[in-house]
Amino acid sequence: MDLILFLVFAGIAVVAAINVVVQRHPISSAVSLIAVMGSLAVLYLLLGAEFLAAAQVIVYAGAIMVLFVFVIMLLNAGGETKAGRSFVASLLGVPVLVALLALLAFFTARIYPRDPEVHFGGFRGGTAQAVGRALFTTYLLPFEITSILILIAIVGAIVLARKELE
Amino acid sequence: MMGHVPLSWFLMLSAVLFSLGVAGFIFRRNIITMFMSIELILNAVNLTFITFAYQRQQVAGHLFAFFVMVVAAAEAAVGLAIILTVFKNRGTLNIDDLDSMKN
Repeated sequence: MDLILFLVFAGIAVVAAINVVVQRHPISSAVSLIAVMGSLAVLYLLLGAEFLAAAQVIVYAGAIMVLFVFVIMLLNAGGETKAGRSFVASLLGVPVLVALLALLAFFTARIYPRDPEVHFGGFRGGTAQAVGRALFTTYLLPFEITSILILIAIVGAIVLARKELE
Repeated sequence: MMGHVPLSWFLMLSAVLFSLGVAGFIFRRNIITMFMSIELILNAVNLTFITFAYQRQQVAGHLFAFFVMVVAAAEAAVGLAIILTVFKNRGTLNIDDLDSMKN
């Protein structure tokens, strides 16, 4: 059951991620990216990360992607024109990416020769209670710094947006 | 045991998504699509963090993923504001046309 769940949603994630890269129009890429994030949320649940699965849907698929879609609609930039790429990039690009993937796969296989197995319910420490307790005790300082970061981001976004209104 | 998923499959999925994100960032010329590729890369890294949190049976990995999410939200807000300003000033989203620092 867990295996079927993993294969279905991993398949959706990979196909949608390929779609993000190959689609010409940004809005198609954005919708595909929402599909990737939704299927990743299911995989987070499988790994016992209840809180992060909810946060993934609310923050990523909800807030961030709405912002992206809003900007794409606002700019109405249309499809991407086929750009003349440099010769070196078109020649080396795909082999280099395959090499990167092979390197990551190699290290994964070397570090984990004996596969520990994942099953739903194998880790129960990802509830909102556990995450909140760790967040407000051990990780209190990074959490507070995060609030300053978000304040800076808000001020920065407002300054940039106001400048283009003038 | 039948029906259980090997842990490394999650790591492989993460590697595939990461590589696709890098491919999008390198090959696409639209600045918004490049930005979305960065979000794809961050999602792949989050999956790795959560997989290792499962393996170590510790909640610390979830918190790292949480902070990555927060930074991604802040980055998206500022980055999209910058993209808006660039588009108003230059009228293009093609990364090849935004080369005023070249000269």
